[in-house]
Amino acid sequence: MSAFPSSLSPSSPSPLHLAVALDGAGWHPAAWREPEARPRDLLTAGYWADVVTEAERGLLDFVTFEDALALQSSQVTEPDGRTDQVRGRLDAVLIAARVAPLTRHIGLVPTVVATHTEPFHISKAIATLDYVSTGRAGLRVQVSGRNHEAAHFGRRTFPAVNIKGVERPSDPVVRELIAELFGEAADYVEVVRRLWDSWEDDAEIRDVATGRFVDRDKLHYIDFEGRNFSVKGPSITPRPPQGQPIVSALAHGPLPYELVGRSTDIGYVTPHDADQARDIVTEIRTAQAEAGRADEPLHVFGDLVVFLDDDPAAAAARKARLDDLAGYVYTSDAEIFTGTPAQLADRLVEWRQAGLSGFRLRPGVIGQDLQAITRGLVPELQRRDAFRHTYEADTLRGLLGLDHPANRYATATATATATA
Amino acid sequence: MSKPLKQIHLAAHFPGVNNTTVWSDPKAGSHIEFSSFAHFARTAERAKFDFLFLAEGLRLREQGGKIYDLDVVGWPDTFTVLSALAAVTERLGLTGTINSTFNEPYEVARQFASLDHLSDGRAAWNVVTSWDAFTGENFRRGGFLPQNERYSRAKEFLATATELFDSWHGDEIVADQASGIFLKDAAAGAFVHQGQHFDIAGQFNVPRSPQGRPVIFQAGDSDEGREFAAAGADAIFSRHSTLDTGRDFYADVKGRLARYGRSHDQLLILPAATFVLGDTDAEAQELAHEIRRQQVSGQTAINFLEQVWNRDLSGYDPDGPLPGIDPDPGEHTIARGRASVRMHRDPVAVAREWRERAAAEGLSIRELVIETTGRQSFVGSPATVAETIDSFVQGDAADGFILVPHITPTGLDAFADTVVPLLQERGVFREDYTGTTLRDHLGLAHPDAGEEPVTRRAAS
Ligand SMILES: Cc1cc2nc3c(=O)[nH]c(=O)nc-3n(C[C@H](O)[C@H](O)[C@H](O)COP(=O)(O)O)c2cc1C
Repeated sequence: MSAFPSSLSPSSPSPLHLAVALDGAGWHPAAWREPEARPRDLLTAGYWADVVTEAERGLLDFVTFEDALALQSSQVTEPDGRTDQVRGRLDAVLIAARVAPLTRHIGLVPTVVATHTEPFHISKAIATLDYVSTGRAGLRVQVSGRNHEAAHFGRRTFPAVNIKGVERPSDPVVRELIAELFGEAADYVEVVRRLWDSWEDDAEIRDVATGRFVDRDKLHYIDFEGRNFSVKGPSITPRPPQGQPIVSALAHGPLPYELVGRSTDIGYVTPHDADQARDIVTEIRTAQAEAGRADEPLHVFGDLVVFLDDDPAAAAARKARLDDLAGYVYTSDAEIFTGTPAQLADRLVEWRQAGLSGFRLRPGVIGQDLQAITRGLVPELQRRDAFRHTYEADTLRGLLGLDHPANRYATATATATATA
Repeated sequence: MSKPLKQIHLAAHFPGVNNTTVWSDPKAGSHIEFSSFAHFARTAERAKFDFLFLAEGLRLREQGGKIYDLDVVGWPDTFTVLSALAAVTERLGLTGTINSTFNEPYEVARQFASLDHLSDGRAAWNVVTSWDAFTGENFRRGGFLPQNERYSRAKEFLATATELFDSWHGDEIVADQASGIFLKDAAAGAFVHQGQHFDIAGQFNVPRSPQGRPVIFQAGDSDEGREFAAAGADAIFSRHSTLDTGRDFYADVKGRLARYGRSHDQLLILPAATFVLGDTDAEAQELAHEIRRQQVSGQTAINFLEQVWNRDLSGYDPDGPLPGIDPDPGEHTIARGRASVRMHRDPVAVAREWRERAAAEGLSIRELVIETTGRQSFVGSPATVAETIDSFVQGDAADGFILVPHITPTGLDAFADTVVPLLQERGVFREDYTGTTLRDHLGLAHPDAGEEPVTRRAAS
């Protein structure tokens, strides 16, 4: 028996959570040229089923699916006209739904763009993803300030901004744009979450005696009114199995950290060393407390791009070779790791000390690095007692240690029935 | 005699949120769990049906200012459940109802193109046009669309989506690992659309899908709706399932095709139809009456009357006579979120007719509603139902039917087991799928094939 309760023990903190971010053939722009890549299959269900099944084999908590409402580009703010990289993709929610019946444990977290879509549609889409996966759905909310993407919808335009230093902008135009986009994203998540709660869990009664299918007192208007949209509710889709599917966001600066602190269950952050990780976690915890959520569980995951090989030099050489193929040195918002699965395991365990509760790994080449994660990194972490040996829960909330959440609208009714 | 037998098309409508669906039956299962959708889809595929059909409404129905609670309430997101169903079926077409008012073309086009990829060519889109401000309260745009602009927006929406589908030709992705050329053409997906409702430009990001475009359905009934279908739809989902109304509708709509340079077989007419099967015709008739009583409770009958009367009639006894007062001819306010209230185009005349009939036959409110509404389309033994369906199709009242069972999710099982084999014996329904895409099942050409029939896939 340990001398410490396990939660206090410095030697055995809670196990890490591990996710993989899926995008095309992998995150390196030349990933598709590797022999293991399947560049002609990227638009097929078979490809996505194979990839997610492999991630599930590695007992990962969940996968995220990248998405955007524009063609991929190596330039952040405009199309690049390139023909030597993967272009064209499928809708992330539909991919997640397509693989849901083929998997049993792994969480499925598609990206949704708050800026151009309807919170009503997305709320019911993710609720339905939760039904078709029996409790394994989440979303990653993303904003878009790109003008060429806005032109696909023809409803708004944005000022052209220089994205250099966008994390902590000094230009007031940029600051205002970021504030608007993230403010809208916060409203969006609020609507999505209220709609998930707009049906109480026991609203469907099928009361043959009175002929009522639902107890309409357990369906709730959400009456949201915001700057960019107003939504009446209730949802057309009953409360999903998890109650509240997981909401997550990638964040690189104060305003996004506020969104993470206020609205999400998981924030993905991009520190480049343990000190940075510690600082970001502090910033997010402050935002969380300011949002009045200090007591709620909120995961902070570190994002890393990974190129793995049994020989560290070979991993670095592969990255360099891919850079040559791409014609430029691939850089990322996230730290780029090249090395062995054991080295990566050491790094993750070290960064955990800085307050990160998990990691979202972006495989440089899915065809190579996903297997290195599931069959190399995972056993290394298990050996360090830092990762699960079997799936311990049936829902994504369960895997992340989150309870079935109370319904924000249920209290009134509960008291009413208690006194009735 | 010289006319060759028409092949029947059959589809399965997942039981909907109206009183056709009997949720109170002990056999009735979940309306939201995926297992119900999977069972239903697998039954339809086992029976070699053309496709599964999902309806959609974007706001819960209300009556008298309250959420309507007597019918099934709640349904899933169309795209999400269809994509999941693509994983548990291999050939069955997947038709989703998606509104052209509360969506944007870029998003809907990429969702349908994605569904078509993920199902290997089985996607179809039922374009509907509800415009009401009531539904609009759930969306960014609100209820901005006047009723008379619904088809103008729908037409432009579909035209825009078609431009997006066609912005990729299907040969752009080379993905040559040796040379490093992924795309043949940097401008793949480029589009510009400037119109009354949409002013958009850029690059579509989903490459051409197996069917080129999803199959297009239309379900409006007005003159404008029929014209919209004749101009560009591949199939119509209609309400006209009786022999006479079906024939009139069929002749009317097919008659409009020539004006658009289209032939008779380029637009399929598929009415919604309900059915009741029994070992004998008499048993089926008896069962049908019992089901009608389950579908129309006293309370449902009053609510139904209110939808015509446009008044609160909660004080009336469903087992008593019809109200003496006339319907309120003003703007319809009593029932919201229902397309069917627009069917009663002259409520005062309808009320008069019903009152006269009830008086003549001595019917109560409930009995009258049972008699006048939603009678089952096909009632009888499997042999009778098979023969009737066949005769309707051969008699040009339809090209096939979209069957709406009253029990979820097993309501199609008996039809699959007993009626389908008889239709196959008659040589009017496929023994097995002969193609892989929904276009193949429906005999519709691939958009890239010009006027040629689809032979491309038969070879593979
Ligand atoms: C058989 C049938 C089924 C329909 N199903 C739907 C539906 O699921 N969702 C919807 O919003 N509208 C539905 N509608 C409504 C029509 O698509 C159309 O929007 C409406 O009837 C108004 O057009 P109209 O005036 O041309 O009839 C349906 C109509 C018919 C005839």
